Amino acid sequence: MNQAKDLSDHSRRKFIGGSVGVAGAMLIGPGIFLHQVQAKPDGEAVTNKVRWGMLVDTSKCATGCDDCVNACAKENGWANETGPNEVNVQWIRKVDLKDKKTGREASLPVMCQHCAEPPCVDVCPTGASFKREDGIVLVDKHTCIGCRYCMMACPYKARSFVHSPVENHDDYMPRGMGVVESCTFCVHLVDKDKSPACVTSCKEKALLFGDLNNKNSEIAIRVAKENSRQIRQDLKTDPGIRYQGI
Amino acid sequence: MKKLVYAEIEGKSKGFLKLAGGLLALIGIALSAAYYMEHNGHIVTGMNNQIVWGLPHVFAIFLIVAASGALNVASISSVFGKTAYKPLAPLSGLVSIALLLGGLSILLLDLGRPDRLIVAMTHYNFSSIFTWNILLYNGFFAIVIVYLWTLMEGQYNKYSRHAGMVAFVWRLILTTGTGSIFGFLVARETYDAAIMAPMFIVMSFSFGLAVFILILYASYHCTGRPLGMSTMKRLKNLLGVFVAGVMFLVTIFHLTNLYAAEHDSVEHFMLSGSGYAFIFWFFQIGLGSILPLVYFYHSKFKDNVKYMLRGAGLVILGGFSQLYVIIIGGQAYPLELFPGYEVSSSFYDGEVAKYFPSLPEILLGIGGIAIALFVVLFAIKLLKFLPVSLADEDVDPHYKVKSTD
Repeated sequence: MNQAKDLSDHSRRKFIGGSVGVAGAMLIGPGIFLHQVQAKPDGEAVTNKVRWGMLVDTSKCATGCDDCVNACAKENGWANETGPNEVNVQWIRKVDLKDKKTGREASLPVMCQHCAEPPCVDVCPTGASFKREDGIVLVDKHTCIGCRYCMMACPYKARSFVHSPVENHDDYMPRGMGVVESCTFCVHLVDKDKSPACVTSCKEKALLFGDLNNKNSEIAIRVAKENSRQIRQDLKTDPGIRYQGI
Repeated sequence: MKKLVYAEIEGKSKGFLKLAGGLLALIGIALSAAYYMEHNGHIVTGMNNQIVWGLPHVFAIFLIVAASGALNVASISSVFGKTAYKPLAPLSGLVSIALLLGGLSILLLDLGRPDRLIVAMTHYNFSSIFTWNILLYNGFFAIVIVYLWTLMEGQYNKYSRHAGMVAFVWRLILTTGTGSIFGFLVARETYDAAIMAPMFIVMSFSFGLAVFILILYASYHCTGRPLGMSTMKRLKNLLGVFVAGVMFLVTIFHLTNLYAAEHDSVEHFMLSGSGYAFIFWFFQIGLGSILPLVYFYHSKFKDNVKYMLRGAGLVILGGFSQLYVIIIGGQAYPLELFPGYEVSSSFYDGEVAKYFPSLPEILLGIGGIAIALFVVLFAIKLLKFLPVSLADEDVDPHYKVKSTD
């Protein structure tokens, strides 16, 4: 009798446990698991042996050319927002410079600088802004509460808040109204050993992407030999993007 | 001094019901405005990707800063042992909780994803000053409620000094945290200053006391309870000191910046080259600081309660203006990514950002104030926060001395 009761208790507990588990999974939502960024290579976590970075040669970057901006917008699903409007999202923009003293002009793309010491990550109250071990700075769209403190803290004006409903975003790049987003270095491509869309779109080969930690990589060789600088070096955020010719 | 008797307000008059109804209507309108913003996105507000914090933040931060300042009256009584302030201590604690609730409601409803409040309460990043503020705000509620308990429950009165001390220290840390939200923003020239924390503390003294004076007067005037001039004079004199304190720190802040050549441009923008400069000089300094000081200390006005109230109202106007200049003006000034270069882009680099507050933002902000006032109104009807009389002969420790002179 007791044994039968034990068995019935056991199966009841099992049933309740299973139900709670299923309900919990449904509550948490499938998005969290399905859209999680894949580590590179598949199944392995990214490590800090790699530091992804970019070298921008402004001498090759043409004023008026927006190929990198358009490629990013298309790849990441914000193509409808490239107009000059204060509320529009811009993950990457072309900035035209003119030296106030000499009059020398330059043009260059500015996007998330993927800092080693990112202020956006420091200030994010929920930890939604985070830096991967390989240096890529991302926003977890599922834990961002839309407070915009990261936008206040970013020295590069690299982040955008989504002001209106988003439709038809790609599975690899979830987007949504009410959260903050920025350049991901096309993490979904980088994890498949491909370069970011802006780099592949640049006909002038002004953008070079690679592993700054790998001494044999082209980018590491060039930054070791050629002069380059980071934007707002004085802040010591140590951006992963370096610029030549400014 | 007689023994103090506290009593609830009756709360049955037409005036009370009208006020309560009006406040509830404002809260309802604010909730509708918030729903409209959340449903359509922040595109229906004046905020954009250049000015990311707008009018709701001005209202919210004003209320949060004033909240900690409103507690000062209680602190002066419990921590510094000034008996003249003791009768006001329970109301002081209540107003501080109510203002904080109003301010936090606005902040929450302005989030891009207010439905994720649970995320904010369960995911903490302790390198974020925002996270610390969430903990400080929650702690403030808990500590002030305990403090109020010790003040209002006779058997626990003996602990009120200790509870008051904890609340006082906590509120100083809390306002340090609020000021540091801006002080820690190293990227923006308009913030990035350690003086932000002490400046916000003195601002809180000033704004909180101004709000407290108006609520105190309204509570006694509307219920027909006596409120002596000695209490009002003492409060307005103290407010004058705080207003001068804010002006001092604002002066130091700008003088420090003016001394450094690298800040010439931003100081020119904030002090003479923009609409924010007008708001600064006319509303913050002229109407919000100098005129109240005249009202509080000039022999022609200083004993007239009408001018004490006008002065307190102007301090509130000045406080809003100051926060508008700090929050909106601070973002409007362009980030300098490339010193020494003229810059332009499709993302408004190098340009002064534009911002026009929208109706939903204004309604949400007013709703926050309505929440605070409704909490005060409801609480003074429900519990014994207010002494039956604040007449000079009942509460002024020097009253007898003066009368025998």
